[in-house]
Amino acid sequence: MSEKLLMKGNEALGEAAVRAGCRLYFAYPITPQSELPEYLSRRMPEVGGVFLQAESEIAAINMVYGASGAGARVMTSSSSPGISLKQEGLSYIAGAELPCVIVNMARGGPGLGSIQPSQSDYLQATKGGGHGDYRLIVLAPASVQEIVDLTTLAFDLADKYRNPVMIMGDGLLGQMMEPVTFPDEVKKDLPPKPWATTGWKKDRPKNIINSLELQPERLEEHNRHLQEKYARIAREETRWEEYLTQDAEVVVVAYGTVARIARSAVEAAREKGIKAGLFRPITLWPYPYDALGRLAETAKNFLTVEMNCGQMVEDVRLAVNGQRPVYFYGRSGGMVPTPEEVSAEIEKLAYGRCEA
Amino acid sequence: MKPVFTRPRSLADVTTHYCPGCTHGIIHRLIAEAIDELDIAERTIGVAPVGCSVLAYNYFNVDFQEAAHGRAPAVATGIKRALPDSVVFTYQGDGDLASIGTAEIVHAANRGEAITVIYVNNAIYGMTGGQMAPTTLAGQKTTTSPYGRDVKLCGYPIRMAELLSTLVAPRYIARVAVNSPAHVQQAKRAIKRAFEVQVNDRGFALVEVLSTCPTNWGLPPKKALEWLEENMIPYYPLGEFKVPKEAE
Repeated sequence: MSEKLLMKGNEALGEAAVRAGCRLYFAYPITPQSELPEYLSRRMPEVGGVFLQAESEIAAINMVYGASGAGARVMTSSSSPGISLKQEGLSYIAGAELPCVIVNMARGGPGLGSIQPSQSDYLQATKGGGHGDYRLIVLAPASVQEIVDLTTLAFDLADKYRNPVMIMGDGLLGQMMEPVTFPDEVKKDLPPKPWATTGWKKDRPKNIINSLELQPERLEEHNRHLQEKYARIAREETRWEEYLTQDAEVVVVAYGTVARIARSAVEAAREKGIKAGLFRPITLWPYPYDALGRLAETAKNFLTVEMNCGQMVEDVRLAVNGQRPVYFYGRSGGMVPTPEEVSAEIEKLAYGRCEA
Repeated sequence: MKPVFTRPRSLADVTTHYCPGCTHGIIHRLIAEAIDELDIAERTIGVAPVGCSVLAYNYFNVDFQEAAHGRAPAVATGIKRALPDSVVFTYQGDGDLASIGTAEIVHAANRGEAITVIYVNNAIYGMTGGQMAPTTLAGQKTTTSPYGRDVKLCGYPIRMAELLSTLVAPRYIARVAVNSPAHVQQAKRAIKRAFEVQVNDRGFALVEVLSTCPTNWGLPPKKALEWLEENMIPYYPLGEFKVPKEAE
């Protein structure tokens, strides 16, 4: 590994993308992720890459479509309102099975909301967002180092499955500075993409990048193919982390920034003799239903903690499947829960409480 | 015997879905001829729109991408930036380019993206059944302007070639028509020029092609050609609005 650097999350993400072989980046400025386009506007020319500030989020995601269809490793980034604008493009990209990476450094909503950190795009990211039956792979880093690690992974997963991959952070993660190390080698051997539109020299069938299929039988067949792919991704790529869950009676479920706050709360609870643990989904889709469900055999209560109004609760309930009660504690609008607040919720559950 | 008229190599030998009398077929042929004559088929990538020409990718023997409605210039930008030595063209109708895709075309033109845009203006939404387009003429009846386009309510038909000609970056902008043999010959020269500008000068080029829609205009094909001459050309004058400097 190379030397340790102190970097902002947004900038570390940009550097990780470059080292993963990403040479095209299209985006529109929006707080709190603007350090990423600013970083790449400096960095891309150094490696012979393309930085292009698009006229809109919509244009940016469609530039990603074109570049990905031409076989390139390509990325765009934004924050919540801008990600809403990209949903049309994401649906087309998923339908046409184009590999690419989309970054959402999420902020408070709905509407113009705020510029403070939030996780209120969970449902949009994991359940659709755009039209049609499709899935994004959604990765949720909890530290600047994990931003680097998951950005590298994101490009590989995108190519492996020909699927868009979203890195889901928040304003806090994007703007905080932490020490990071990057992989030494810049990726050079990218997987072949015989399906890409690179000019038809009659040495292969003509390539068409497309999501249109007017024959209902053929569109249904395409949907079956996509669903089989999504099932394979769910089997092979589900990722999570557990902390002190083995004997935990109260299992806190949290991801990203909030998982770090929850970890402090779990440690504080342990010091008070409460058997608390933390379950942290790393892939928000595919969601680690089975691993979380297994904890229902030993845990008494589950506490979902999020920076939103409870968007992940339904997934935790699906995982626990009625075996144990699932509670929720959240802050929204850009408010960040404190370890003390989460500890207090853990204590309530440990010492018994009635309301669900 | 020497063949004197054959199908261009870049035009696929398939039956199209276009209505009888529609002039998309002529425009497709002119593009294919230009690609053949410049010998660029192996590095050409087309971008199809949403609209009547949504299936254009089936009609050319070149790689193609199908874009979302209006987004073809952004998709073309992505392709061209990824593959700078490719030749990229978009094929877009007036609903696609002049309505839902105005931001994308204005900014692709303003950046001077080295792409060729073939903009087909038939003053109506064809694919969806003849609704009013931003290019629909004043007083023209459509399925969403049954009393005729009221410019007080809907504004005036938009002249994209002139509008884009105010930008600094574009190298070549022209308006042509395909309603007569003489106009088809002019259109052929303009379309070829628009590809040459991309290949030789690495500049943005757009050709607006006035086209007919007999089905949704409710006219027989020959009458539609006359209607274009009498109604569209007076409002949408033909000509070259921007040409590369050395050729001026």
